[in-house]
Amino acid sequence: MSALVQIGNPSSVDRVGSEARTHSAFEKLLLVVVGLGTAAVLFALFRPGAIPPKLGVVVFAAIGVAGGLYYFVAYRDTTPGIKNHGVFHSSTSNRGTWGWVLGVAITGFYVALYWHGTSLSGAYGLLDPLAMALTGAAADQWFLYGFLYTGSVLVFGVRMAMKYRHNRYQLIRTASVAFFQLGFAFLLPLMLKKIDQNEFYFTYFWPLKPDYLLPFDYVMGDAGYVAKEYSGFALGRAMILWGAAMSLVGVPVLTYFFGKRWYCSWVCGCGGLAETLGDPWRQLSDKSEKAWRIERWMIHGVLVFIVGFTVLLWVNDLGGRKLLGSDGSGIFWKTYGFFIVMAFSGVIGVGFYPLMGSRVWCRFGCPQAAILGLFQRFFSRFRITTNGGQCISCGNCSTYCEMGIDVRAYAQRGDNIVRASCVGCGVCAAVCPRGVLRLENGERTDRFEGADAPVNDFLIAIRK
Amino acid sequence: MHAVIVGNGITGVTAARHLRKQSSDVRITMISGESDHHWSRPALMYIYMGHMRYRDTKPYEDHFWRRNRIDLVNGWVTLIDTANKAVIVDGQRAIPYDVLLLATGSKPNKFGWPGQDLHGVSGMYSLQDLAAIEARSPHFDHGCIVGGGLIGIELAEMLHVRGKKVTFLVREQGYWNQVLPHEESAMVVRVIRAEHIDLRLKTELKEIEGDDSGTVCAVHTSDEDRIPVGFVGLTAGVRPNLMALQGSDIETGRGVLVDDQLRTNVDGVFAAGDCAEIKTPEGHRNRITAVWYTGRMMGEVVARNMLGASDDYDPGIWFNSAKFFDLEYQVYGTVPGGTAHERGEDKPSVYWEHPNGLSSLRIVHDDGAVIGVNCMGIRFRHRVCERWIAETRSLDHVLANLRDAHFDPEFYSSHYKAIRATMGGAS
Repeated sequence: MSALVQIGNPSSVDRVGSEARTHSAFEKLLLVVVGLGTAAVLFALFRPGAIPPKLGVVVFAAIGVAGGLYYFVAYRDTTPGIKNHGVFHSSTSNRGTWGWVLGVAITGFYVALYWHGTSLSGAYGLLDPLAMALTGAAADQWFLYGFLYTGSVLVFGVRMAMKYRHNRYQLIRTASVAFFQLGFAFLLPLMLKKIDQNEFYFTYFWPLKPDYLLPFDYVMGDAGYVAKEYSGFALGRAMILWGAAMSLVGVPVLTYFFGKRWYCSWVCGCGGLAETLGDPWRQLSDKSEKAWRIERWMIHGVLVFIVGFTVLLWVNDLGGRKLLGSDGSGIFWKTYGFFIVMAFSGVIGVGFYPLMGSRVWCRFGCPQAAILGLFQRFFSRFRITTNGGQCISCGNCSTYCEMGIDVRAYAQRGDNIVRASCVGCGVCAAVCPRGVLRLENGERTDRFEGADAPVNDFLIAIRK
Repeated sequence: MHAVIVGNGITGVTAARHLRKQSSDVRITMISGESDHHWSRPALMYIYMGHMRYRDTKPYEDHFWRRNRIDLVNGWVTLIDTANKAVIVDGQRAIPYDVLLLATGSKPNKFGWPGQDLHGVSGMYSLQDLAAIEARSPHFDHGCIVGGGLIGIELAEMLHVRGKKVTFLVREQGYWNQVLPHEESAMVVRVIRAEHIDLRLKTELKEIEGDDSGTVCAVHTSDEDRIPVGFVGLTAGVRPNLMALQGSDIETGRGVLVDDQLRTNVDGVFAAGDCAEIKTPEGHRNRITAVWYTGRMMGEVVARNMLGASDDYDPGIWFNSAKFFDLEYQVYGTVPGGTAHERGEDKPSVYWEHPNGLSSLRIVHDDGAVIGVNCMGIRFRHRVCERWIAETRSLDHVLANLRDAHFDPEFYSSHYKAIRATMGGAS
């Protein structure tokens, strides 16, 4: 009997290799434009000056428009709905050869960007006219980076929006990350630069930007981002106040009402890139309990490091700078800048998208995510509600959770999901084939059993 | 005490977990020939479509079993020796038990069609079936699916997604209309046809034709059509899997016969899940229910009874759900299918359908009390629907409080005004 044939290795039910998708003539044309444009940029990268900067902007615009249009056209003819077809058959999205090639390429780009910025001069030279118009200065590697970053959020935002066009939560959320990236993380800082202010990001706060909550002298001095010259003293002060108000009041209040998602998957640039460019790799996050253990140590370790240094610098400042001297922040910047910002958020955070999923930085390293997570876990109305007994344990929710949360473990018990790391992207609820999950901001009492226990215990203890 | 469980599906695993929850002493052994570890059967289609890998369908990490001291045995039970209280695995290894649970699940129906055992003919139930379909896939581009239930439409979607042409034979005059009312059934038919599936209603399989090598090459239908195909999927329902029980003195009917406490006729032997046939089921419920959720519920009860309790299996208010391509379906309580009318079992209901024909709501009532809710393309809250039905709420009450059951994602437009306008007038 055929049913008695044993499967020695059950992975033989898993398929290797995928059927090639057929493209229409128009789609092929768009891909050719993207390919030629990319080739032109690479050519300019290795032969600086080979392409006149006047054409540079045209080349980048052609790549972006053709790319966005391609995704629009390619998805338009499919019926709206979850179509994760072949995700684990594809070399790009299942850590195959193409996944590794992409991982190495993106990682290489970050290494060049952080440690050999001028090696990219051929490419950023193409953006000189645009940089002059926006900032009043020639382009540098950081301008190129911001440009590519924002361009990726927009182009791959089209893909995200088309892919989830049946889901209004995803549409609005994708529009939101694109808006905040373009406006607050790209254009506004550049405009500030043009009026001789230093860059300031209204959508980043302490502890992700530790300098935004450091003693004023550090911030206002050379080490800080906020200039005190220009008509700008008032502006600089306003920025400091904004940053402090958001860190101390805005973040806790918004997180109380909406969970950490209001930031991590609606506003933040890192989240924005993960939810757009990174979307095809969300399934590569590690769901094991072991990964969860490592995650908790790492992310809270980073948070403790930054909180510790912030306190130390304040103490130093208030104590007349006897403790660390007047440049006490130097070593801090070097450590934070190298390990956290460059190596972690950049090289690993984005470079490893095709290998470890799109939220490696958000999950293991981001101090802002850590603090939002603590609020979400203990002081928030947000939860993912499980719909009674409808879960069939299929695993789509866990598989497509970019934060590596084993959503199914809760859903199959009928428990609500309240996890510090959940960024509220809503994809678990979207891919669930049985309508089991719903993101909600409801009464705190029915979030989950024992949710408020630590807080209540604490309140009872201090009342005694 | 040694509890042995035959089958590692949702029923067996739920029983094993609850045995361990309630007793740290009981020794637990779970036997399966299908796979080393428990995996989610409803996820079978997602492996083939590339949404997940086999390992992603496993609800528990492999170390879970060791940690909970649940011993796993990979093998097929070939004999149950109730006299010596032992099960024989693969014809050689005897495993003694004190209490035994049969949770052997189902197997696909075959109705004696000529050619049903040809190469390239498969059910879609087990990992072995999936491996066979996967192995056959490079060798055909047109497949035929026989039987219009949930597994049939899943297999249709699977083949369609992998670029195969699909012919879908359904014996009834509508898709799954023993279960779905006419309008809902028609909606699913539209969804199937929108995907360019060659759906043939009121058409039966007559014969499967093989070539010289014993491989399927065509199907012959009841309307005298010959369709050349390289694969045939048999999905005309499932029946209890009684293979392990051959030659034992455990009483069987269509399934393993059990009482309300899921006990068989043999002392210390229990059966639960798809393979169990309840001798006196509650109300209008079927004697056999092959559904994920009831398997889980039975697993919980049977674990308690294996440890000496005498709890009745109470399935509570019926619920179920499915997805037909992109169309989600949820049902709560009693919703008679399209064929119920002919049996005189129909109940009055009010129905609203979105003008786009892709979502609908039906509320079934009896003497003014709501007894069932059927959602297509809309998500409702299980607990709320259950409460309405348990508390025999009136149709007016339910219509006035539809928003309580709202479970669609945030920012989705709700249609409660239109629903009330349609249904309020009808009641």
